[in-house]
Amino acid sequence: MRSSISFTRRSALLAAACALLSGSQAIAAAPAPLTIGVAIPTATHGFTAGIVWWANQAKRELEAANPGMKVIVKAAGSTPEQANQVQDLLVVNKMNALVLLPLESSSLTQPAAQVKNKGVYVTVVDRGLTNPAAQNAYVAGDNGAFGRLAAGYLAKQLNGKGNVVVLRGMPSTIDNERVNAFNDELKKTPGIKVLDAKYGNWNRDDAFKVMQDYLTRFKQIDAVWAADDDMAIGVLKAIEQAKRTDIKEVFGGGGAKLAVKRIMDADKLVQADVSYSPKFIYDAIKMTANARLKGQALPAKTIVPSVLITRDNAKQFYFPDSPY
Amino acid sequence: MQPTPTSKPGKPAFSLAGLERLKGIGPIVALVLLCIAGTLLNPDFATLDNLMNVLTRTAFIGIIAVGMTFVIVSGGIDLSVGSMAALIAGVMIVVMNALVAGAHPMAAPAVILAGVALALALGALFGTAHGLLISRGRIEAFIVTLGTLGIFRAVLTWLADGGALSLDFNLSEAYGPVYYQSVLGVPIPVWVFALVAIGGAVILNRTAYGQHVQAIGSNEQVARYAAIRVDRVKVLTYLLLGVCVAIATVLYVPRLGSATPTTGILWELEAIAAVVVGGTSLRGGAGRVMGTVIGAILLSVIGNILNLTSIISVHLNPAVQGVVIIAVAYLQRGRR
Repeated sequence: MRSSISFTRRSALLAAACALLSGSQAIAAAPAPLTIGVAIPTATHGFTAGIVWWANQAKRELEAANPGMKVIVKAAGSTPEQANQVQDLLVVNKMNALVLLPLESSSLTQPAAQVKNKGVYVTVVDRGLTNPAAQNAYVAGDNGAFGRLAAGYLAKQLNGKGNVVVLRGMPSTIDNERVNAFNDELKKTPGIKVLDAKYGNWNRDDAFKVMQDYLTRFKQIDAVWAADDDMAIGVLKAIEQAKRTDIKEVFGGGGAKLAVKRIMDADKLVQADVSYSPKFIYDAIKMTANARLKGQALPAKTIVPSVLITRDNAKQFYFPDSPY
Repeated sequence: MQPTPTSKPGKPAFSLAGLERLKGIGPIVALVLLCIAGTLLNPDFATLDNLMNVLTRTAFIGIIAVGMTFVIVSGGIDLSVGSMAALIAGVMIVVMNALVAGAHPMAAPAVILAGVALALALGALFGTAHGLLISRGRIEAFIVTLGTLGIFRAVLTWLADGGALSLDFNLSEAYGPVYYQSVLGVPIPVWVFALVAIGGAVILNRTAYGQHVQAIGSNEQVARYAAIRVDRVKVLTYLLLGVCVAIATVLYVPRLGSATPTTGILWELEAIAAVVVGGTSLRGGAGRVMGTVIGAILLSVIGNILNLTSIISVHLNPAVQGVVIIAVAYLQRGRR
């Protein structure tokens, strides 16, 4: 049952591995308990709250279905804290697989490489490590589609002509990927002009202020790409306050339940969204657990597709129990 | 340091009045210059609507900063105000939702009044707890409020299950006007901000309590010898700040009708910056509430101008804010 691990493992590390898997020789009858460490960011906004919720959901289901399996979820607020947690999961909890959503790619690469070298199977979620050799598998959402689908949808809704303002998240590679994909897609429809793109920090209050100032500055706005469902809430409030009627669409992003609910209820401004669900942490944990139980490896890269959410398919994306 | 107040703790500010007035002009000059620059960059800056937007969004930080002025003048500090605002907002929302959804639903205005009363009580309670831990408990203000910064935000995040707490839709509609409504053309939050500022200025400069706050900040030992009840005055400053945070929260909740774990993040730094930019020394002893008001407005005007233009990369916006803050501090620097 452990045979496939030895495929991926360097022989030099066999000693360490043996120590780790002590007892695995005697498992002919009873399988060794699988311990999966899950290291994720703490809930600081809707999306990370969803991550924490879905991780615990996977834990509940897996532990109920597989007696003896342990899934240990650790949430960190900073990169050093997360690096320590990864270490503790190995030393204290003796995990044999790690599902890691790094707070920051470069800082977590070394800690991940260290546990991988000790024989832990490492699945990285959402933000890839700087050195792919430090991970066994990578599961991520599609940030390109996050921007591309939004741009394509808005271009179609505006019939290829109009003014769009953009709110960006925080300065980061994820944000850059999304915004670049958005701009690239919009280049196909030269009639659409992006008036400006400013940071709203994935935060409702900041988005409210940025939108207020856009409304002061631009007399004709046809659509807003808020690039996040939390920011869309601030944007909607600012539009409501200014009583502006020129704006036809507010496109968020992420598939938060509030936004999906609005789509289902036929909101005037929020008519579509793009999924980028924190559920991928759930998928990643389950995939890792099931593959490890069978002694299989995961594909090196799994992309959870981002899908355009409209009234027709909104129901499948509505999870009222999740905080996101 | 200021030499005069230490020798005359009873009435410290008067002998320095002339110098104080001169120093007080710095932030105003900076604000006027900024406004001229803003108008040149984008004529929309000088519209009444934009002015009201800026003043309204300044109200939260401004009201907190007025309370913060007292704490800093007394030689203390409070790092927890952002988290406190977030927690008060969260508790308010949870309780108001429960009152509406309960077995005996109350009418919206009554629920809102109950929510406001609860917020003020919580603010006073948290402030008093800070004050007691700092004065009676003899723990550094920095540590006490750093601790509660974590506690308040953690409790909110737990209440919200990491997500958002949203006010009941109908309540939200009924409560919304508190933020969005204008009286005589001026939004309600701006009125409240003005009242808090005037009240703060009167208390700090025209009452015995205000004089005691300044005396303690100048020299706590001497203040004790002068029979000032230092502990009581200190507890009162934190209580006052707690109430200011609660007032700000009462105005904040109707804006978006929600509280999230990012609500009020870094407000403490903005409030402290407003106080210091406004000419109050971080070392305590003397300060001006009106300077704080100008400081708070100045900080949001910078952000507003940056949003209204796109001459520089968005990545550099925080740098512009940093440069302006340092420049203003230079304009109003006192003698060390």
